[in-house]
Amino acid sequence: MRRIFDTKVQHLKYKVLREVARMAWADNLNETTVLDIPGIIVPGKIPTMRCCVYKERAIVTERVKLAMGGDKSNPNVIEVIDIACDECPAAGYEVTDSCRGCLAHRCEDACKRGAISFDHNHVAHIDKSKCVECGACAKVCPYTAIVNRKRPCQNACKIKAISINEDNAASIDNDKCIACGACVYQCPFGAINDKSFILDVIDLIKRSEGNSKYKMYAVVAPSISSQFTYAKLGQVITGLKKMGFHTVIEAALGADMVAYEESKELAEKGFLTSSCCPAFVDYIRKSFPELAPYISHNLSPMATISKYIKDTDSESRIVFIGPCTAKKAEVLQESVSPYVDAAITFEELQALFDSIDLEITELEEGVLDNASYFGRIFARCGGLADAVAQGLKERGITDFELKPVSCDGIEACRAALLKKSKNVLDANFIEGMACIGGCIGGAGCLTHGEKNKAEVDKYGKQAYEKTITAAISVLK
Amino acid sequence: MLNVQICVGSSCHLKGSREIVELMQNEVEKCGLENEIELSGSFCTGRCNRVGVTITVNDKVFTGITVENFREFWNENILKALDAKGADQR
Repeated sequence: MRRIFDTKVQHLKYKVLREVARMAWADNLNETTVLDIPGIIVPGKIPTMRCCVYKERAIVTERVKLAMGGDKSNPNVIEVIDIACDECPAAGYEVTDSCRGCLAHRCEDACKRGAISFDHNHVAHIDKSKCVECGACAKVCPYTAIVNRKRPCQNACKIKAISINEDNAASIDNDKCIACGACVYQCPFGAINDKSFILDVIDLIKRSEGNSKYKMYAVVAPSISSQFTYAKLGQVITGLKKMGFHTVIEAALGADMVAYEESKELAEKGFLTSSCCPAFVDYIRKSFPELAPYISHNLSPMATISKYIKDTDSESRIVFIGPCTAKKAEVLQESVSPYVDAAITFEELQALFDSIDLEITELEEGVLDNASYFGRIFARCGGLADAVAQGLKERGITDFELKPVSCDGIEACRAALLKKSKNVLDANFIEGMACIGGCIGGAGCLTHGEKNKAEVDKYGKQAYEKTITAAISVLK
Repeated sequence: MLNVQICVGSSCHLKGSREIVELMQNEVEKCGLENEIELSGSFCTGRCNRVGVTITVNDKVFTGITVENFREFWNENILKALDAKGADQR
């Protein structure tokens, strides 16, 4: 079988989505049939993932609920499946039995808090009342005898929104969570998941009655160029049309429009933070509210192009398809919900293709070309700053010197925002991307390979239009 | 007001919708028709042609507009439509 996903967790999630979608297409998804899905995914009596098939099925049941939209009472699009959480050890830095009781005691020297002591066998111990989990001791141990028993979810969540509840399961603080999905991708047990809106998409497609009642538009993120690598991009486009979309439009065209407007706004205001990445925007609102006035007033590229489509075709229904779990939260916001009807990920698109047994490698190649090089490279870190620089150039704004800082990942965003809040940031534009690498590192990507950045750049260079103004000539 | 939508969907875009947009913008400006014609972009009308770009004038769809036949299209379908409207109003 061809390898579509990075991990088996993604594959399991995909299988559940595919089964739910199959039933939905066949108008056969109801309270009774849905109970069959755990048995379809986990057949037989021999467990392959957990202690027994019954627990496996119980967890699949929870995955089915998420595939059908999840817990409506929880506003967050990211949810913990409590019973799937394996309650990983969470003790922080610990000395393992690899400690040989050496003479050098580099660990002791490295610890600035005096938290390391030695027993009568010269073996190191960490005093947890003094330890601040800095990891300096682990770095210097020549036997790598000190390990960090931090939970993968907490490790993934750089903004510290995950804690451990009284049942020892992971718990998300919705007041901090920015729905970036880092924990979703990193949890080795698949215990944290993004809610799915595939049923809304299937319903929209069905009720369009072959695009006769209204037209279905798919707006795809430029990172699609690094996904579905087993097929051609043009085949993915044809696949979307076969599935029921009237046409497919690049979100990158919205990015061109944003870059053009944002360059003007930036020159006028003198300082801005980007508004493309919904997780970054949410992070500013939740953790740096004093900087919120600096957030660019432009809608994101997705919302910008969708608004344009709705303006030209008010009956249209728009589905965004991208790498991003935070986009699911963005489309629920009041300022965006009038324009985008649903957001799904590339993972979910793969499940939708397979739910109707659409083998995209056998399709002819459609075309996808609306945006410029600059709109397309938004998908990777640094692309937005390049595009804004180009926007300034094309507008002929010469009396403003762009000093961008491109933040790769939420930790880098945090560092820049902290500096700005203390007024020591030597930059006038913060390009913030919550995911490492930019959108190509998004949690909803099928794969997160090394080559993905090169793929996005290649796709950018293939754009028919080389300048922003050319791409948006009639849309301004 | 004449509502002129030039298709900027992928297929038309690759067949030169930008050139058509430019020609159209120039012509509108030259003839001083900014208040008579509302120019905008649209996405696929589902009438993709082998050659040229699709333009929708009010609710009427024209396909196959190229740089070569633009002049003819302009005279036949834009100016005449404006004339007809003008006559109606008189």
